Amino acid sequence: MSGAGLDPRTAPKFQVAARALVGDSQMRKNVRHATKVIQTKRARVVAEMPDWEELREAGKEIRQHTMRHLDFYLEQFERNCTAAGGHVHWARNAEEARQIVVGLVKASGADGKSPSEVIKIKSMTTEEIQLNKALEAAGIHAHETDLAELIIQLGHDQPSHIVVPALHKNRAQIREIFQREMHLPGSDFSNLGGTPQDLADAARRFLREKFLRVKTAVSGANFLVAETGGVCIVESEGNGRMCLTLPETLISVAGIDKVVPRFQDLEVMLQLLPRSATGERMNPYNSIWTGVDKTAAGDGPRTFHVVLMDNARTEILADKEARQTLHCIRCGACLNSCPVYQQTGGHAYGSVYAGPIGAILTPQLMEMHHAQSLPYASSLCGACYEVCPVKINIPEVLIHLRNRVVKQQSAGLNLLVNPEVMALKAVAMVFRSEGVFRASQKLGRLAELPLSRKDGQGVGWIEWMPGMLGGWSQVRDLRVMPKQTFRQWFEQREKARAKKAASDGN
Amino acid sequence: MGTEVVAGGAREEMLRRIRAANGHATDDAAVVETQWNALPRGYKRAGTLGREAKLELLEERLRDYDASVTRARTGAVAAEIARILKERGKRRTVVPQGLAEALGEALPEGFEFVADEGMTTAELDGFEGVVTASTVAIAETGTIVLQNVPGQGRRAPTLVPDYHLCVVRAGDVVETVPEAMARLEATAKLATTFISGPSATADIEMTRIKGVHGPRFLDVILAE
Repeated sequence: MSGAGLDPRTAPKFQVAARALVGDSQMRKNVRHATKVIQTKRARVVAEMPDWEELREAGKEIRQHTMRHLDFYLEQFERNCTAAGGHVHWARNAEEARQIVVGLVKASGADGKSPSEVIKIKSMTTEEIQLNKALEAAGIHAHETDLAELIIQLGHDQPSHIVVPALHKNRAQIREIFQREMHLPGSDFSNLGGTPQDLADAARRFLREKFLRVKTAVSGANFLVAETGGVCIVESEGNGRMCLTLPETLISVAGIDKVVPRFQDLEVMLQLLPRSATGERMNPYNSIWTGVDKTAAGDGPRTFHVVLMDNARTEILADKEARQTLHCIRCGACLNSCPVYQQTGGHAYGSVYAGPIGAILTPQLMEMHHAQSLPYASSLCGACYEVCPVKINIPEVLIHLRNRVVKQQSAGLNLLVNPEVMALKAVAMVFRSEGVFRASQKLGRLAELPLSRKDGQGVGWIEWMPGMLGGWSQVRDLRVMPKQTFRQWFEQREKARAKKAASDGN
Repeated sequence: MGTEVVAGGAREEMLRRIRAANGHATDDAAVVETQWNALPRGYKRAGTLGREAKLELLEERLRDYDASVTRARTGAVAAEIARILKERGKRRTVVPQGLAEALGEALPEGFEFVADEGMTTAELDGFEGVVTASTVAIAETGTIVLQNVPGQGRRAPTLVPDYHLCVVRAGDVVETVPEAMARLEATAKLATTFISGPSATADIEMTRIKGVHGPRFLDVILAE
């Protein structure tokens, strides 16, 4: 990632950003194509597994158990990683994490000189804390090495998907970016072909030089294994292996939620994650390593650091209804399945975490101070819950967060200035008393008179409503209230029957 | 170091916050172990296929992800290595220490096999390929697992060259992921790499492209 970054603190409301983005037909076409392809692949490899539901259940239970004993498992991880020659650091927030990483990078250079470059593996956590910007400010350029991240970085763009961050770009757009931005002595990228294969070859040439030269790498982590002190990273291209294996120093930044209790637990996660994320039975490469290899030949970096980062995760842990958000293993299946995401793409969410998981994760990472519009970026259809490999009930958390947003906005003086809150209070009053309810129905029928127009069949329709109600009538018409309510009809019928019975009896 | 002091304070505060959020501190390893043991594991943890069906499934899944697979009888593995390397036009390859012992056969004549004794990345970049053995293979996912042991070696040699020829013994093939993890558990701390087909990407228009940074070509010999 490069440039200013997607920052929930400054991003416009989802509904505003989405309105602009749904007008970008190229982006929508690319997103629709990509999400459809991944969904189809995922459905096929999930159908191959008769025990998928049992795996999901195990995944959920393992995550729940880990969170309940997170202090124990983090300390165990720290102990084992340290014993294996790794260095473990703790960061309360993004600022602390950035300071630690920048400090470690600076100290990693030969003969005390700070390196001017690092190579990076795609990592949501480092994007969450806008690490590249902090490195850049310290005079260190971070080369993104994942193909999609490279496209984003060279195009001065923003990621739009957790797993395939450049899915909003097509081959022609990518070719144009590569031609413009790739510069390497001895290599000419101006005659680049336009097929995906040509573009991947160009990335291979461009990055290989970096892999062979740059001695410090920064990564995220998919799983931290408490029992062994090991770290697991899953990937496809081999850029991850390059960064984990060839440099002299490796710094991995991981949210505290990334820990799993035991090595055996990977047997669940390594089945759930690839099938859900990319629709593969297993992604091309998984690396698991523990500390550093101290033998003379040396396998991998000589210096290894893990930064365990909180950044509001403990706050999420403290919310009983929302803590399941931390179970997420970042597969992105909920994005692909989401009818809202499919229309808007990722940028509308104003955060590196887009889609349904972003809608619940981002506001909580912001401690509910920003991104309050995101819990509303959903139709609550439940498709995300259905595909979630660890069974996070995203709709339930969305509703819970909407409740928190409403409470926040209706607290204190806000109550007096927020028309929505006042309207809802009024509705509550109306519904509480039968008399008031009936009176308001009569009033409503009078109030709608000047707005209604009859169609060919003599049915009344309201095509325009004033003020806040206009949001409804902007995209659909409203039928006028019937002349008679059900209650009135029912009461009349009962009266008529009683009368008839009385007259029949005579 | 200045950061160490900050980090120390951060550690205590983060653990305190976690304990406050959970409403308890977890310090009894026995309790955690009991609860972990009780976690539901109703998924498939052992394979059901016979030996031949399992090997066929591995072959099918490896091919599905663009690897080539051939079979060779024990004792004829070296000859198969020679045939494939010749066909691929690879003459000079890097090999981990202890490969011949791991295969139980001398490496074939007529090729240059250079043992890795901690080569630099630039040196590795000069080889046409790499030949290794493997620890375990997973049929269901078409995965080969390498660990840093004799015959498989460090991670860099199987990464930098553009071509990887890997020998899998039929006895090391399991059907499911849980069976593989159980086999790996005793050596879990060794550097471990799961390889499922050659390096690949689908980042451009979701088109799968074989070979980005890791070896672009993967051949597997199934030795039985």
